[in-house]
Amino acid sequence: MTERTARLRRASLEAAPAISPERAVLVTDFYQANEGRYSAPVMRARSFLHLCEHKTIYLGEDELIVGERGPRPKAVPTYPELTCHSLDDLRILHSRPKTRYAVSDECVKVYQERIIPYWRGRSLRDRIFEAVSAEWRAAYDAGLFTEFMEQRAPGHTVLDDKIYRKGMEDFQREIAEAVAALDWLGDPEAWAKREQLQAMAIACDAALVFARRHADLARARAAAESDPRRRADPEKIADVCTRVPARAPRDFHEALQSYWFCHLAVITELNGWDSFSPGHLDQHLLPFYRRGLAEGTLTPESARELLEAFFVKFNNHPAPPKVGVTAAESGTYTDFANINLGGLLTDGADGSNEISHLVLDIVDEMHLVQPSTNLQLSRKTPDALLTHALRVIRKGYGFPSLFNADAVVEEQLRQGKSLEDARAGGCSGCVETGAFGKEAYILTGYFNLVKVLELALHDGVDPRTGRPLGPRTGPADSFASFDDLFAAFRAQLHHFLDVKMRGNQTIEQMYARLMPAPFLSVLTDDCIRKGKDYNAGGARYNNSYIQFVGIGSLADCLAAVRQTVFDEKALRLGDLVKALDADFEGQEVLRQRFVHRASKYGNDDDRADALAVRAFEALVEEVDGRPNTKGGHYRVEMLPTTSHVYFGSVTGAMPDGRRAGAPLSEGISPVQGADRHGPTAVFKSAAKLDHLKTGGALLNMKFTPALLADEDGMEKVARLVRTYFRMDGHHVQFNVVRAETLRKAQAEPEAHRDLIVRVAGYSDYFCDLARELQDEIISRTEHAAFQPAGDAP
Amino acid sequence: MAETARNSSGTTASPSDAGPGGSGIVFDIQRYAVHDGPGIRTTVFLKGCPLDCWWCHNPESQSAQPQIVVMEGRCVRCGECVKVCPQGEAGAAAADRPRCTACGACVAACPAGARRMAGARMTVEEVLAEVLKDRLFYEESGGGATFSGGEPLFQPQFLHGLLQACRSAGLPTAVDTCGFAPWDDLRAVVPLTDLFLYDLKGADEQSHAHHTGVPSGPILDNLRALGAVHDNIWIRIPVLPGINDDDAQVDAMARLAASAGGVRRVNLLPYHKTGVHKFRQLGRAYRLERLAPPSPERMEDVAARFRAFGLRVRVGG
Repeated sequence: MTERTARLRRASLEAAPAISPERAVLVTDFYQANEGRYSAPVMRARSFLHLCEHKTIYLGEDELIVGERGPRPKAVPTYPELTCHSLDDLRILHSRPKTRYAVSDECVKVYQERIIPYWRGRSLRDRIFEAVSAEWRAAYDAGLFTEFMEQRAPGHTVLDDKIYRKGMEDFQREIAEAVAALDWLGDPEAWAKREQLQAMAIACDAALVFARRHADLARARAAAESDPRRRADPEKIADVCTRVPARAPRDFHEALQSYWFCHLAVITELNGWDSFSPGHLDQHLLPFYRRGLAEGTLTPESARELLEAFFVKFNNHPAPPKVGVTAAESGTYTDFANINLGGLLTDGADGSNEISHLVLDIVDEMHLVQPSTNLQLSRKTPDALLTHALRVIRKGYGFPSLFNADAVVEEQLRQGKSLEDARAGGCSGCVETGAFGKEAYILTGYFNLVKVLELALHDGVDPRTGRPLGPRTGPADSFASFDDLFAAFRAQLHHFLDVKMRGNQTIEQMYARLMPAPFLSVLTDDCIRKGKDYNAGGARYNNSYIQFVGIGSLADCLAAVRQTVFDEKALRLGDLVKALDADFEGQEVLRQRFVHRASKYGNDDDRADALAVRAFEALVEEVDGRPNTKGGHYRVEMLPTTSHVYFGSVTGAMPDGRRAGAPLSEGISPVQGADRHGPTAVFKSAAKLDHLKTGGALLNMKFTPALLADEDGMEKVARLVRTYFRMDGHHVQFNVVRAETLRKAQAEPEAHRDLIVRVAGYSDYFCDLARELQDEIISRTEHAAFQPAGDAP
Repeated sequence: MAETARNSSGTTASPSDAGPGGSGIVFDIQRYAVHDGPGIRTTVFLKGCPLDCWWCHNPESQSAQPQIVVMEGRCVRCGECVKVCPQGEAGAAAADRPRCTACGACVAACPAGARRMAGARMTVEEVLAEVLKDRLFYEESGGGATFSGGEPLFQPQFLHGLLQACRSAGLPTAVDTCGFAPWDDLRAVVPLTDLFLYDLKGADEQSHAHHTGVPSGPILDNLRALGAVHDNIWIRIPVLPGINDDDAQVDAMARLAASAGGVRRVNLLPYHKTGVHKFRQLGRAYRLERLAPPSPERMEDVAARFRAFGLRVRVGG
């Protein structure tokens, strides 16, 4: 790492996250002055232009890649038009011990006097909660599901290669052509399309203004500099910012800066989920890299320094903090930007190259929580790249995560995408599959599978509150067979998916009409051609996903009930439910029996795995292919982020022996500690679910360092991963850390501040995590190498 | 040479093979075994061993009979085991249960999974079904099945049947043996075994007999005989400070390994104390309480002595 990189990195690490009211003030000004004057897309575009014209421009010492969303690094703006923080929210953010965001008195004052009075009742979040049904509200409050779009805009979006071939001026030309081609006599939507296209052109202007202001400031800095040696950097920055993103980049530096301006524009326009991601960065940068080396304008060292400066930029941007109850709970600064490495080219050839290796070295050296990186591993990816990735993984940062690029393509072909678009796609956020630059693949909310079973066991009544929530599917003792119980589960599932999707449809349409994203639409095919917004079905592909949580816990519960109640007839289901309602009080023997004697998912044991498959297939039947409001379909994903902890906290004791309030299983991983037969058995169990029917299934593995200690160990883990992918596994990530180390970090957090662990689809500082989540990570099974002469099983 | 083994071992027994390779006593099957040969493997541990090594990591493998193992940490003191024990003694305390017949009633009754039956009769087909579960992993990694123990040759017909079944299924095989077996039994599995993991515990006759209960001569003789007819042998040696790591013994083992044909590599396994809690679970005394594991430097010294004989050496599995 160069001295410059070291200084940039240190500055980024030392900057403390804070809330900046600047964006809120500018947006509020604009809305107050212009309410009612423009169509929704033009209103959005003009307010974005207003932001880019007036926000503070930051040029930091040593910077090579420039631009901040806020007035300075880690100064996080808010989005009151979407979600308006209350004074209580701000207080919590300022005072909570973990993932704190400093809130100044001035910020509180401006919120109290201007932001809250204007936006309360007008923000989209307030309007969404007005619009959804009472039934949706009750299920949401009970913890059946969450809703992504109540706090942040539809996002999960990744860029393809277009900005490396075109600049904003090219996009504006395409927009003008689309306007000229409008069929005013035959198309009843022509006006709406014209407004949308006009909004896109304005959004391009906004990005141009934003870049020009950086160029101007850099030029002024250079002029003010008396030492000519110190003029080089700002002069270079001024040149780069004059060229991009107006026109296509010509070199490596311009390519990175062009992406970064687009990134900032997307996350300034709206607060879309998972930030924004550059997709196949190694593939996109390769032509610039090779040309630079050939022409002598770039060296591997200077390319590396630029990439490291680029990495620092991601780390400067913590997630916009949430509001409401989640302000206290949501424990991460990570905003889920995720860089894809390797993968395939659109012609099907291996997509990995020397930059894939360079990025891995940088991940290893920089040791930052953002951006995330992942390796898209296809059959064609050389083992050398996988081994390089494992060498980084074994350091225990949880990066990079590993994806099956061939399965990712197949998942998309199943959804009807073209082979080329599927290959140009990949994964973002945690594990979500998408066609980069061409798809709105929207996550709509986590769904609590174990709570659904709890309702099936309680005739539709939530035992936690006594409130009737779901259909009356009969008291527990009325089920004569396991199939009867499963039918009740299925009925509850169907009901709550209907409730959830009715809410989704409402929210999707509200975003389409009230909260368009014209800049993101410019970057997403085929919004310009269709004259339609990203949020309104303008993208070439539109999939809406529901994220199911707790399949491992659910399978274990079903297996325990089937064995104990219906096969062995050792217990009546009604009595079992009584024990659950008492949280196993006075029934420890029974609980122990469930924990230790029942079959468990994750052990390659069909008695439990087959039930996971049965439940999974039920989800697919219920969800897959249902139409959304954008001409696309609903799909299934299996990932939790941290919701398995929240969902567990609202779910009572269950027949897998889990006590009330304890976390559920995460992703498609087995219940924490339930897998007793090693990693091959976990992979076998997990691969029994048909991952190709999902848009992503997350599997966590915790390994002790010993398993990856030497080349031989890494080779075996590489083979393990290849085999899982041969079985169509979608994704796996490794936490390489000892439980002992984690316990030590709990005891002495000060000494372990830099300990990064894989949480779900992302990594985070262990000491920043809530205690329950820390405990949960510790309890995930630690797979140890089997010692030569045998060890305790 | 091989004759000596048969005579001196005194154990011609193949405890309870039912039928021609039909079934035998297995005490564990471990998947993702990464130290028992190349690639990802499943190791099948057969019960029964003619040796009684003080450092044994699997003391429950020594007896040919099934035994009850108690994991005290899991016991919730519910008393279910006591209620069902026909001998009236299956309490939580592991140390003292002289009347135990290993009937297994307490294992079935224990809700906490704190009691385990070490050793169960399995047919060749049952073992093969278990081993085949990870077939894709073997194919991808060049792995296969490893038969270990105990001493797998303590159940020679069963081992033969298992190896034959693996051969028919196209699975690569390894046999992990202490070498203390009748030569005929060893020779019989040579054509069915792709790799031998051959354990040496020392070269000093007296110390060997003292610490393992059997003489070293037959083991060394069998290695020479095996090396003449098989070309893929990995020698495995636990390095036990003060017991087998003196220069004389190290050089003697190295000389043998270098001169016996077929030896591809030597794995030096630093002594570690995982056996302690297992002896405790069985209610037996551990005789090496005070022995400390060798330092990494010491391991390197020993490795260097082996390398001086031109051997390919690896510290660890």
